[in-house]
Amino acid sequence: MKRELTCIVCPKGCQLTVELEGKEIISISGHTCKRGEDYARTECTAPMRTVTTTAAIIGGGVVPVKTDRVIPKELMFECMKEINKARVSPDAKLGDVVVENVLGTGANVVTTRNAKI
Amino acid sequence: MKSVDLVIVGGGPAGMSAAVAAYDAGIKDILILERDKSLGGILRQCIHNGFGLHRFKEELTGPEYAYRYEIQVKERNIPFKTETMVLDISEDKVVTAMNSTDGMFQIKAKAIILAMGCRERPKGALNIAGTRPAGIFTAGTAQKFVNMDGYMPGKKVVILGSGDIGLIMARRMTLEGAEVKAVCELMPYSGGLARNIEQCLNDFGIPLMLSHTVVEIHGKERVEGVTIAKVDDRRRPIPETKQYIECDTLLLSCGLLPENELTRAAGISIDRITSGAVVDENRQTDIEGVFACGNVLHVHDLVDYVSEESDIAGKAAARYIKGENAAALPCTVELETDGRVRYTVPQRIVGKEDVTVYFRVADVFRDIKITVRDGERVIISKKKQKVAPGEMETVKITKDMLASLEGNKLTFSIE
Amino acid sequence: MYDVVVVGAGVVGALVARTLAKYDLKILILEKESDVAMGSTKANSAIVHAGFDAAEGSLKAKLNVRGSEMMEQVTRELGVKYNRNGSLVVAFESERKEVEKLVARGIANGVKGVRLVERKELHELEPNLNDDLDCALLAPTGAIICPYELTIAAVGNAMDNGAELKLNFEVSDIKKTDGGFAVTSSKGETVETKYLINSAGLYSDKIAAMTGDADVEVHPRRGDYMLLDRECGNFCSHTIFHTPTKMGKGILVSPTVDGNLLLGPTATDILDKEDTKTTAEGFASVVSKANDNVKNLPLNKVITSFCGLRAVGSTGDFIIKMNDGVITLAGIESPGLSSAPAIAEYVEKLLTDAGMKADVKVDYNPIRRPAHYFKTLSMEEKNEIIKKDPRYGKMVCRCESITEGEIVEALTVNPRATDIDGVKRRTRSGMGRCQGGFCSPTVVELIARELGVPFESVTKFGGASVINYGKTKGDN
Repeated sequence: MKRELTCIVCPKGCQLTVELEGKEIISISGHTCKRGEDYARTECTAPMRTVTTTAAIIGGGVVPVKTDRVIPKELMFECMKEINKARVSPDAKLGDVVVENVLGTGANVVTTRNAKI
Repeated sequence: MKSVDLVIVGGGPAGMSAAVAAYDAGIKDILILERDKSLGGILRQCIHNGFGLHRFKEELTGPEYAYRYEIQVKERNIPFKTETMVLDISEDKVVTAMNSTDGMFQIKAKAIILAMGCRERPKGALNIAGTRPAGIFTAGTAQKFVNMDGYMPGKKVVILGSGDIGLIMARRMTLEGAEVKAVCELMPYSGGLARNIEQCLNDFGIPLMLSHTVVEIHGKERVEGVTIAKVDDRRRPIPETKQYIECDTLLLSCGLLPENELTRAAGISIDRITSGAVVDENRQTDIEGVFACGNVLHVHDLVDYVSEESDIAGKAAARYIKGENAAALPCTVELETDGRVRYTVPQRIVGKEDVTVYFRVADVFRDIKITVRDGERVIISKKKQKVAPGEMETVKITKDMLASLEGNKLTFSIE
Repeated sequence: MYDVVVVGAGVVGALVARTLAKYDLKILILEKESDVAMGSTKANSAIVHAGFDAAEGSLKAKLNVRGSEMMEQVTRELGVKYNRNGSLVVAFESERKEVEKLVARGIANGVKGVRLVERKELHELEPNLNDDLDCALLAPTGAIICPYELTIAAVGNAMDNGAELKLNFEVSDIKKTDGGFAVTSSKGETVETKYLINSAGLYSDKIAAMTGDADVEVHPRRGDYMLLDRECGNFCSHTIFHTPTKMGKGILVSPTVDGNLLLGPTATDILDKEDTKTTAEGFASVVSKANDNVKNLPLNKVITSFCGLRAVGSTGDFIIKMNDGVITLAGIESPGLSSAPAIAEYVEKLLTDAGMKADVKVDYNPIRRPAHYFKTLSMEEKNEIIKKDPRYGKMVCRCESITEGEIVEALTVNPRATDIDGVKRRTRSGMGRCQGGFCSPTVVELIARELGVPFESVTKFGGASVINYGKTKGDN
């Protein structure tokens, strides 16, 4: 079986072709870098995504946050629920952890700017 | 009147990069004027990742990318004023601005860098029939509500236009619990990056309806639905294909326009295609000492390129202030396009060094050659599998090529 | 007990209230919408007609000519933009007879300076006219105005002189009482008054029926308009009409007082009094008929389009009558805006003739500070204001250069705006090329702050026209 993918690693958006036999990857083509090849591999076995969203600041407002590494794609909405429950200190600095090891994925949810503007 | 060596209009990624580059090139007397509450420009609300792969070799979110530059500006103690609106720029480089603490004030600058960014095309320009209820936003306005203010401007959403902000907002609103019903794109191809179609639409099963448009908006007070239709090859809606989609929100992501009111008022020539100033490779406009960079010059897909371009403008402004560019340079080459290449930036070359030329194409073309000609002579021919209007291309004109030019024109074409 | 209740805060009701506010009377204006100027007043051609159009001897002719004469002073007092740019009614050779008739009628109606201009002069006056046009009626007293600016200012001035305004008050019942009338809203609120003025526009028939007058008939006639960017404001200097034919008045092309270019309207009689949908056919018709008058229209500069409904009366003339304490003002279609000051004067006379007792207030002040005064100040004057109130140094709307100070003013000065469109009509914030893309989140924030309401309850134009549905993360 052949699977066509658009690589999301960088803005180039290479068109990748993965040849599969069952779950086994026979060949990967179309990538122009090593990261693209890795992407094709995980995308066909266990797709991963970074989640970027906002978290509420205690006392009002929101601060942007992200998972500091990719998490399983199917956990994105569960991850949103965890983040939506979190409350961030108004003194939080860029990079502060908002949710540690979210859903046991090993990824921390961290702020991507200071809570105070 | 106060005078400053370099005034930079706009403290977004372009303005900050330009400031840092000019500072590092020896110009210390700089003032950045920013209209928003803090430095960072539109990146402050672009909280998604995907920025900085070229520039920093890592994947950053918009606020993180902006912060990298904000730190550089602050480390160098480059002065900036926020919540300050520039109202006018005169031909002799007097900048009139206004804020709460200084009131209205004027500054005489030796050089000016224009870095005002761009804005989205509004609904009016699209002339969609129907009612005019609440619930119609540009994607960027919705992005501000969701990411900066923490409010949901819609629950059931249709997006018209497949520009990157629209695609990003499709995912963003979905993650926040909204139902994005469809993205309609008038053209037969998307205006956004392929990766964004994959990770913002396909990941969530949101249909991308190419060659479709919204023909009517329904709802008295708040949007209640839209009628969409397929369009023919002349982009006219086909009546038999009309269908009604229930929704409470219509987001528009139909393109960006450089914000050049100040530029126009200053009498600077504007390129009809880019809607930005006509510049040389130093990003100097046709008013000596006035430079432009970033999305005010032409709309970029990647902030990394904005930074790159702004470095060029910052350094060139520094040279100009130090008098190094004072003499008119002899070699002037006009860059022309065949229409399939829509535009180039810069539009002319005045120097003798390597120049990277940025350009966009007018349509999706496959298995083509990007060709640059000096008269009849082909000086560059670059094979490409695919080019698309949504993706900016570059070619490098080397100093050797410039030195051996026979004519004073270079023609860019797709073959 | 009020002395006078005015039902409907369109331009007619507003000017009636303002005219009566000079007397020592207790006046109340009732409006069913969330702001004044929300009906026909909001969306029309924004023209003060010279008065050559209406049939000789009609109320329309009489009140139009008088209204047009009064308008300059009214706008000066209220600080409202008014530009006597002159009107041209253009004609092809085949339509010359019609134009000549129109000139004669203008002279008979007493329109000052009205005359015929021939081809050469015509094309010198307006270089962008269609080359085939042969001659035109020129009416130097024709003018342009912003109808909602006038209405807001008139209501504001009436309120400054003691009149009251109740918004979101939809009259659902009127009962005759001993000394006058009891007027009840759909929400059950009742006010009492000695005199009742019915200036309810499209709904004046409904209000008349509530007062026992079943003879008033009004129906909506829709008109599509297109508005072009301020870059195009110099496209023409006169208001250009086409010679009226059996098929109607055609499409006008006119600069606006704010420097935009306006095209429209179409004319279609309809039944639904709320149907302000724009249509693709409407756009097409506006464009094709505008092209009869002018050439090279920059249609890529359209920034918005809208549809307005005229309140057309069944008699062909304005319906103005007084009966037992009720004054009905119905069928005030074009030239209603032009006639409004004269209609107000007429109402004043009807009431005093009927023996309404009132003395002129000693502290009556006809002057209102112009809404857009800040823009007109010098740099020094602006800095004086910013020093006292730093909010005037904070730019909110980039396209139209509107400061936070001016927006706060719109939310605090009579009649106060309560929603985004209200702020927009008072300040022009959001009316520029980005159409509110940048400033609307800030305007929402300012409305919430000044009115002391939650961010998510701010609306575009009242009712269910909410902007946001609540916080993304629940309560902080």
